[in-house]
Amino acid sequence: MELTLNRLMPGLSGTVTQILGSEMMKCRLRSFGLIPGTLVSVCYRSPGGGVTALALRGTMIAMRTCELKKIRVRLS
Amino acid sequence: MREAPVQKRVIALAGNPNVGKSTLFNALTGGRQHTGNWSGKTVGIARGDTRRGDIRYEFVDLPGTYALDGGGEDERLAAEYICSGEADCTVVICDGSCLQRSLILALQILRLTEKVVVCVNLMDEARKNGIVLDGAALSQALGVPVVLTAAGKKEGLDALLAEVSRAELHGKQDWQNPIEDAQRIAEICTRQGENLRHRRQEKIDRILVSPCFGIPLMLLLLLFIIWITIWGANYPSALLESLANRGYTLLKGLLSGAPGWLSGALVDGMYATAARVICVMLPPMAIFFPLFTVLEDIGYLPRIAFLLDGGMRRCGGCGKQALTLCMGLGCNAVGVMGCRILESPGQRTRAILTNAMVPCNGRFPTLILLGSLFFSGGLAPFSVALCILAGVFGAMAASGALHLAKRREEEPTFVLELPPFRKPKFLQILVRSLVDRTLHISLRALKVAAPAGLLLWILANTPLLSRCAGLLDPLGRAMGMNGVILLAFVFSFPANELFIPVTLLTLTGAGSIQSVSDVGAGLLLNAGWTWQTAVCTMAFCLFHWPCATTLMTVYSETRSKKETAAAFFLPTAVGILLCVMLNLILSAI
Repeated sequence: MELTLNRLMPGLSGTVTQILGSEMMKCRLRSFGLIPGTLVSVCYRSPGGGVTALALRGTMIAMRTCELKKIRVRLS
Repeated sequence: MREAPVQKRVIALAGNPNVGKSTLFNALTGGRQHTGNWSGKTVGIARGDTRRGDIRYEFVDLPGTYALDGGGEDERLAAEYICSGEADCTVVICDGSCLQRSLILALQILRLTEKVVVCVNLMDEARKNGIVLDGAALSQALGVPVVLTAAGKKEGLDALLAEVSRAELHGKQDWQNPIEDAQRIAEICTRQGENLRHRRQEKIDRILVSPCFGIPLMLLLLLFIIWITIWGANYPSALLESLANRGYTLLKGLLSGAPGWLSGALVDGMYATAARVICVMLPPMAIFFPLFTVLEDIGYLPRIAFLLDGGMRRCGGCGKQALTLCMGLGCNAVGVMGCRILESPGQRTRAILTNAMVPCNGRFPTLILLGSLFFSGGLAPFSVALCILAGVFGAMAASGALHLAKRREEEPTFVLELPPFRKPKFLQILVRSLVDRTLHISLRALKVAAPAGLLLWILANTPLLSRCAGLLDPLGRAMGMNGVILLAFVFSFPANELFIPVTLLTLTGAGSIQSVSDVGAGLLLNAGWTWQTAVCTMAFCLFHWPCATTLMTVYSETRSKKETAAAFFLPTAVGILLCVMLNLILSAI
């Protein structure tokens, strides 16, 4: 099943299939190792839900919902 | 004994943030470092050296970056330095507990330069996490020397230096897909055992940033830090003051033969004012910043940024700006310096311009004194807390307004790393926060306080001081205050700590700041101050020109006269408007 990363519930993980954002955003995500094919799991959301903590490649990063909407993942 | 000829090797240290790069740098150089700019850049690069045998190693601490092509200022600087060829060898520092991510940068650097040593740091943490790492296999896969270190425990440092001096040119390597290659190499070289620690960390995190406890816990923690700073600073302040008084008597005695005006100008003017600033300024900073650095070291600050990003986003900022506001509570100059962590230039400028609206340690005494004199009982602490909140909201609102006023450009994607919790290194914290933040700032404040003290003394010993106060009186009255208060604000430009002493000096007509230190503050009540005066003074205390130290820092951070002027006028305009409005409303009551 494919969906955008913001809809993945905490505790679930998926493989990134496509990143739809601008070149600048892709570039920034690349420096954290976030590219198509990366396994990402959702850890928790901030109060209010604006920011989500993700685990990938052994580290944890936080991103905003508006940008998670541009990342498509396949549920695993 | 004849000295052997000394060879010099320049070694660049590159690596991701949070991989213990500074710890390694300090362990290698013994903390001896000097910050110097490189080819006219405003971002300082720390350098430090050490001597082993007849080789002198100079280490260049490049800014921590995740990659070299992400488009940030730090990344460009690091890449430029590595390509410049000034360094004989580049050491790429990787994180043993998450090799995969840090190898991405290592592979990018291997494409740029011909002499690299890979240093896998934090091996102690990796072992605790149950990770087994094969250094030889990693070295073979990368084709460069690999050293395993634990800088916090000083493990593997000699091996690192040995490899650095032995390292040979390996030629530039062409890694086409650094991310995939890093993943493949990390999988070959590491074995992950059972990882209990990771799960425990996640549990702690879930409480610290949980929707119900996260923000209250954070507020409690910050309040606790402010409280302990104010309360704890009293004792060292009193101690310093008695020392300063002894120095005063000593200097007076030394200059007893000199004409009265000379000893007055030097001792009563310059010395007394400068000593006063140091006595009141140093202790709170020496308490606040080590505590804040502990939070930084254990990894709590990114969690604050995580919690507050929602609020900051609404005013065009991001979570990290909230951290600069927190630093501003300690000292606005440090807050302004802290704005370096903001990647977007627009966000950084807005944060720099509005930081001074957050009340710093130097303004707490004024707020507390006025609050406790004019608001009885439970209202006093409440009024001070309200002031702090008003300052924070003021800064947020102003930065939001600036965001709206300017044409929008694409902001960089907000990505915040949440590093694992670590044990703080207390000695390093003490040195770093005392030297980098406290001493540095105090010296800057002294430079302004001494000449201002001289001017103040001259004015106080002629009818000029009261005449100036009289001149400012109409403007002061329009803002709900009076000329004396406004004059005190003008003279607290070197340091906000001077506000109360200068007010008392003007009211008593005493000749020197030295003689007003034990005048009761009850004097203010006799001088016709009402609670309305107190409210307007507290408001103007929050929103007026930043102190000289902060302005100097704004200039050294932005290198722009225009922005420094904006940093002066923006909070001043807000303060004047606010006070005029408050005065109209309050006098109608």
